[in-house]
Amino acid sequence: MTDPRAVTALSLTGLLLLWVVAAGLTADPSVLPAPGALIGPFVAELASGDLLYHLWRTLVRVAWAFALAMALGVALGLAMGRSERVNRWLDPWLVVFLNLPALVLIVLCYLWIGLNEMAAIIAVTLNKVPNVATVIREGARALDPDLDAMARVYRMRWQVRLRHVVLPQLAPFIAAAARSGIAVIWKIVLVVEFLGRSSGIGFKIHMYFQLFDVAMVLVYALSFITVMLTIEWAVLQPWERRVRRWRTA
Amino acid sequence: MIHVDIREKRFGDTRILSHVAFEVAAGETVAVLGPSGIGKTTLLRIVAGIDPEFEGTVAAPERRAIVFQEPTLLRWRSALRNLTLIHPDLSEADARAILAKVGLGDRADAFPMQLSLGQQRRLALARAVAGQPEMLVLDEPFVSLDPATADAMLDLTATLLTEVRPATLFVTHDRTEADRLQARVIELRGRPATLAPHLVQNGRLP
Repeated sequence: MTDPRAVTALSLTGLLLLWVVAAGLTADPSVLPAPGALIGPFVAELASGDLLYHLWRTLVRVAWAFALAMALGVALGLAMGRSERVNRWLDPWLVVFLNLPALVLIVLCYLWIGLNEMAAIIAVTLNKVPNVATVIREGARALDPDLDAMARVYRMRWQVRLRHVVLPQLAPFIAAAARSGIAVIWKIVLVVEFLGRSSGIGFKIHMYFQLFDVAMVLVYALSFITVMLTIEWAVLQPWERRVRRWRTA
Repeated sequence: MIHVDIREKRFGDTRILSHVAFEVAAGETVAVLGPSGIGKTTLLRIVAGIDPEFEGTVAAPERRAIVFQEPTLLRWRSALRNLTLIHPDLSEADARAILAKVGLGDRADAFPMQLSLGQQRRLALARAVAGQPEMLVLDEPFVSLDPATADAMLDLTATLLTEVRPATLFVTHDRTEADRLQARVIELRGRPATLAPHLVQNGRLP
């Protein structure tokens, strides 16, 4: 048993079996329905368009928060990694924000900005920026000083320098930040929706939580997990392989 | 024309260079000799404009090029892109012609890591001359090559220098390399290092 794909498949089957056994032992579908019992509600939600609508709303929020967090985090991390002075001034802020519970930021954003889309996206972005900045800062500190000197002597324009000298060196760090980023962001987006939005997966989970409908909570949660894993496998991992191509060529 | 007048260069409390003044005319090659650790690379980084923290003045042309000890290439871009990204005005045809001139005509699409060290050094040299520089700075570009490769690289460098005719400053610890490039020799001596002027004549020891 050395094929990693086979191991993954077998391991996931094990998890499914555990679920079946647990559902059998519980013997109460309102507490833990068997996997097969979810197919009916899933198809119904899909047919009514509800599932796709809420999935879409959540995905849009994830995309916005992800793009903003990556852009701000990369800029901040690059500035902090390049300049010891900037780092000394901003590092305490970073530590404060890193240790601020996600929930506190979310509640404060809703209180200060209002229960709206902007507050939701800002709350998620602020939660993620410090992590991205920390990872990128490490990458910026490891930038090759010889390439810097080369770019300086040849008077490379800053846009060219950023795109072809700096970012390729940062690529592994950006990829790491992106992958851990998307995983954290979609979880925080659900919390944000749970607390103060009237659409999205988090909102639906909140609704079915109040109705104590475990089956529907699982339908929405598992659908979204599937979408996020697909993005990870179909988008992020191939992109990471592409930016690493020169190392293995 | 490069005009160098460095009164002093220090790292912290350590004085590295003291009273180093010389000129390099357009088309001339000047070799800086001296034992390792004396401050040759420090001098070169000041002249190239990489290190601005020194006392004195350096006047150098705007169109500059440098070849480091390490090839210092963009490892994530093809050989061709390594030329065209650094020199945006260089057409792709011209870039290919320069690659052919340094013997990399068929490797235009290779990534630097797919090239041998000798080939990477030639690519760095191609990158340096591609911009028709008025000033060229070479930091021991022939070290850690096997004798045959180093020899071929020296010939290639000599040819390119006579074609492009930049004011060239060339750091080495090997006097025969300086002679091969028909360089005027200046030598760094002492601590802090200073120029040994009596050694300058004709590049020979008295």
